[in-house]
Parts: sequence; structure tokens; C-alpha cells
Amino acid sequence: MNARLLPLLATLVIFLVAYAICYAQYPAMLSTRVIGNLLTDNAFLGIVAVGMTFVIISGGIDLSVGSVIAFSGVFIAVMLRDTGLHPVVVFALLLTLTTLFGAAMGGVIHFLEMPPFIVTLAGMFLARGMAYVLSIDSVPITHEFYEVLQRSYWLMPGKGRLTLIGGMMLIVFIAGIMLAHRTRFGTNVYAVGGGVQTARLMGVPVGRTTVGIYALSGFLAGLAGIVFSIYTSAGYSLATVGVELDAIAAVVIGGTLLTGGSGFVAGTLIGVLIMGLIQTYIIFDGTLSSWWTKILIGMLLFAFIVLQKGLVWTTGKRRMAGG
Amino acid sequence: MTGLKLFSRRILPQLVTLAVVVGLISIMFPGFFEISIANGRLYGSPIDILNRGAPVALLAIGMTLVIATGGIDLSVGAVMAICGAMAAWGITEGYGLGLTLLMALAAGLACGLWNGLLVAVLGIQPIVATLILMVAGRGIAQLITEGAILTFNHEGLIFFGSGSLFTIPTPIIIAIVTGALVTLIVRRSALGMLIEAIGINLRASTLAGVNTRVLLIAVYMASGLCAALAGVIAAADIRGADANNAGLWLELDAILAVVIGGTSLLGGRFSLIASLIGALIIQAVNTGILLSGFPPEFNLIIKAGIILIILVLQSPTIRTMVIFLSPAPVSQADTEKQAVNQ
Repeated sequence: MNARLLPLLATLVIFLVAYAICYAQYPAMLSTRVIGNLLTDNAFLGIVAVGMTFVIISGGIDLSVGSVIAFSGVFIAVMLRDTGLHPVVVFALLLTLTTLFGAAMGGVIHFLEMPPFIVTLAGMFLARGMAYVLSIDSVPITHEFYEVLQRSYWLMPGKGRLTLIGGMMLIVFIAGIMLAHRTRFGTNVYAVGGGVQTARLMGVPVGRTTVGIYALSGFLAGLAGIVFSIYTSAGYSLATVGVELDAIAAVVIGGTLLTGGSGFVAGTLIGVLIMGLIQTYIIFDGTLSSWWTKILIGMLLFAFIVLQKGLVWTTGKRRMAGG
Repeated sequence: MTGLKLFSRRILPQLVTLAVVVGLISIMFPGFFEISIANGRLYGSPIDILNRGAPVALLAIGMTLVIATGGIDLSVGAVMAICGAMAAWGITEGYGLGLTLLMALAAGLACGLWNGLLVAVLGIQPIVATLILMVAGRGIAQLITEGAILTFNHEGLIFFGSGSLFTIPTPIIIAIVTGALVTLIVRRSALGMLIEAIGINLRASTLAGVNTRVLLIAVYMASGLCAALAGVIAAADIRGADANNAGLWLELDAILAVVIGGTSLLGGRFSLIASLIGALIIQAVNTGILLSGFPPEFNLIIKAGIILIILVLQSPTIRTMVIFLSPAPVSQADTEKQAVNQ
């Protein structure tokens, strides 16, 4: 069996076992209502995690996404309050802005040859600072178009609601899977993650790919910001602090190798759902405190990192023995 | 003598930056340098910068060592929260000051040991290894405080946050003593050089007989200990342990301080003094923005600007370009000719 599939399989098994345990205790967990809420509540995290998956597969990291989501929310709210533009126009403006922002970070990473960690750290400060400058207070969004967006959902059998934003997350995941496995760009991302030097020798346009990866992450962070503003009907500059960590955790739990070069967008979806499941279980239980979420996610992270390490080690050994 | 000359050249950019920042503040705010003594303690903006900058300075000491090995410690903010919670819990449970401090410092060492084991024994990249504790640490801190903000009223413990010794606030003394001790230990022995060797090439130093495993663990434990000291100071300062907000984002400030101090994130040569000056620069910018009446929102944008400038200065591409564009250096033959003429 392909060793690369093992982390994905482990994630899937953990998710199913966890869901089974939850179901045994609370049969209502399997209702489409809970599943619908699980998708809606984690929509913005899922969308941003898709972008993070590409970044991590390429061997980088993007710390700016949480701040970009907060900036997007404030930007939309302030634009809708102060100008007469239609939300769709504001969305287009915002997505252009965040995509360019991501592309700029990718450019700095590639052309200045600096570690992504510190470049995106600067991006994180910059985006959060811009959000503060636009508004410190929480700005409510009261546009009738927003109410239309919030009210549109598909009623699943069993009275569960697949909301627009939940559905959007699923679409982004499908698009992400297509992009990763069915396009040249996706192959290039894997190649860059496998080794920049090797990729360059094989003729992969490393610069264009790096800029593209961070532009994609910026675009998806902007999209997640739109989804988050629909979810909360407000823009707040202090919102979504630390979402980049949740996204990284979801990607790692989803079985993507943090050294780059190996991973699956589909795994990230399961990673996001596992994290959402932990939170849902804690809400269902009622006696457990919310800080257990953090500790459990930390433990899961640890387990997966050790699992990955073991896999890399055994495949390395096998390769040594074989060749 | 040449050593001293090299050293002063090494920290010159940082000193100039600090002087420029402080100079700008004093132009905009003339009363900046006024220092007064009240209740047996120094007061004034410069003292305030030192005092507020002490936790970041402490974190920067440990972070410098970690970054010098080519690693990074993202967990220091969370470790601060854990150790602050430990101190508050110990004192409210009535364990006495000595035992409480010991427990808090031991908690920091244990966190450092955990990080060190993951990095040195399991061989996990430092960003990832310390990310685990960064995510889980605040949960552990909340477990200790049971979700509440644990307040205390113990004079002995509060002394570490807002007390003073010989009119100097305690946090400043702790930071200076720690900085001096660590500098002495790493620079008066071969330890500093060995740490730099690990940062330059881990494999080569292992092959050369450096016990890299033990040294790496020790470095992460030192970072944990520094974070523990900073956590105790932060908790004592507000007379309570706030598991959610203690040390929040301070890991980023500490990394920034080290980067401003000129230590490369890729590992290798480091300077503790330059990192400490870096921490002071950050705090001076913070205080300056507050004093000058700018909205504090600009703080983050200015920090982003500082990082960008440093990135450009440190970038290998730009360096090559500067060398390429600069006038041709005096060649070997020319210098020899000059030597003969003299």
C-alpha cells in the first residue's frame, strides 16, 4: 500500500471512531441538523485551511490569514456603511486586494529569499494594523443582500440546513482537490515542496508558483473573510485571532507533511471536521470546559506529527534497503 | 582591544536605531527624560520603557539561544501563561513564596524539556514542535486556574512585578541579572560557540563530537526558564494569572527583538546584548506611539514596516546586488603595492 495514504487513512479512521463514540453517547449527533451546523460553524476555517494546505505542501507557512480575515470583515463593513456600493462590488474589490496582498508576500519570499515564517509574520501585523486603522469598534452589517445570503439554505432530509456558507466551503474543497491533483499548478506546488532545487532543475517555474501559492492563500483568506462576515453580520478588527494556528492544526491533522511535498486537500476537510467535532462534543456534554478543546487539539497534533515522523523514517529505511 | 572594537561594530546599528527612536520621541515629547524618585522607586518614561520591556527582554534572551541553533520557540507566550498560573495557584494554595517560585520555574523547565525532546530526540522541525505547546499551553494554564482569573495578594510575590530594589523596579533587575548571567555562561565557556556550530550545521557538529542532543535540549530548557521568569513577572504585575491573555503574542515580539538584534533566523552567530537592545527598541516604539498621541492602532503597521526593512537588509539577494553595484574593491595587488610604498 502507498505509505503516503497512511496519514490520510489514520485521519479518516480517527474521525469515524470519534464520531461513533459521540453517536453512542448522544444519538442526536448523527442528525443532519448537527452535521449542517458542523459545516456552517467551520465554513470560514475550512476555506482558509484549503489555502493553508497548498502553502504547507509547498513547504511554506502563512501566518497572515487570521489577520486577513479580520481585515476583510472590517473592510466590507466599513465600505457598506460609508459608500453606496453593492456588496458584490465590495466582495470583488476585497478579493482583488487580498489576492494582491498574498501575491506580494509570495514575491518577497521568492525574490528576497527570506523564510516564509517571518515574511508572513510581517503580513500578519500589517493586515491586523490596517483593520485597526479602518475601525477599532465592531461595525454591524445591515444590508438586505446580507439577509438574503444568510437566509438561503438547502433543507436536507431530517430538517438539517446546508447553509450557503457551508455549501461554499464544500465547493472550495472540491475546487481545491481539482486544483491540486488535476492541474499543472498543483503538480508544480508538490514539486516545489519536494525540493526547490530539484523543481527548478526539472523546469518548474518556481517564482511564478510561489507567488501563485501565496496569492491563492490570500484569495481564500479574503473569501473566508466574506464567509465570516456573513456568519457574524459584522466586521471586527479583533476577530479571528489565532485562526492561522487552527488552520495549520487542521492541515497537520489532515495528514499533510509539514516538511512539504506530500499531503491531500481532502485530508484537511476531515481535519477541520475533527476539530469541529471536538467542539460540538464539548457543547453536547455541557460539563467539560472549553479549554479541553485546546488540549485535545494539541494532543492530536502531537500524535499526528509523531505518526508522520515514523512514516518518513520507515519509508526512508525501506528506500535505503531497496536501493 | 580588537574584540571590543568588533563587538561595538556589531551592536552599532541597533544602538543607532534605539538612539533615533528615543530621539524622535524626545522631540515630540520634551519631558521624556524626566526621572523622579517617589516612594523609594524611580519613575519616568525611560524607566517605564525598561520596566515594560523586561518580559520581552527575558523572552528574547532564551529566544536568541534557540534561534542561534537554527530553531524557533513559538511556545514562550503559552509557557508564560502556564508559569504565571502555576505561581498564582501555588501562592493561593499557601505553599509559601520559595516553593511557589520553584514550582513556577520547574514548570517552565518542564515545558522546555518537552520542546527540546521533540526537537532533539524525535527530530521534529522546531516550528512544528513548539506549535503543539503553543496551542495546548493556554488550555493547560486554564486547567491550573480552573478557567478563572486567579488573583492573589501576597506581598512577596507582588514584589517581583511592581516592587523595587535600590529604587530600581524588580523586573528590570531580573532581566539585567539574567542577561548578564547567560552572557557570562555562554561567552566565558565554549557553550556559545557550540550553540553557533549547531546552528550553522547540525550534522557536522554532531560528527565533530559536539553532544548536539543534550545541548539542544538545554537550549530549549533555557528558553522555558526565561519564559517562566517573564510569566511570574507578568502575573505579579497584575496580581493575578490570566490564562487567556498573559504573554499573548509576546513570542512574536521576542522573535522580532532577536531579528532586530541582527541574529539570522537561519541560525549561527548570535548576540544577546543586541537582542536585548532589540527588545528595548520595540518597547520604545510602543511607548513612543502612546506618548506622541498617535492612535495605538498604528503600532502594528510600524512593526510590519520594521520587519520589512530588516528583511530587505538581511536578504541574500539584496546583498549580492549591493556587492555587484558597489565600486570595485581594492584588489590584492593594489594593497600590496601600497604596503611596499609605505
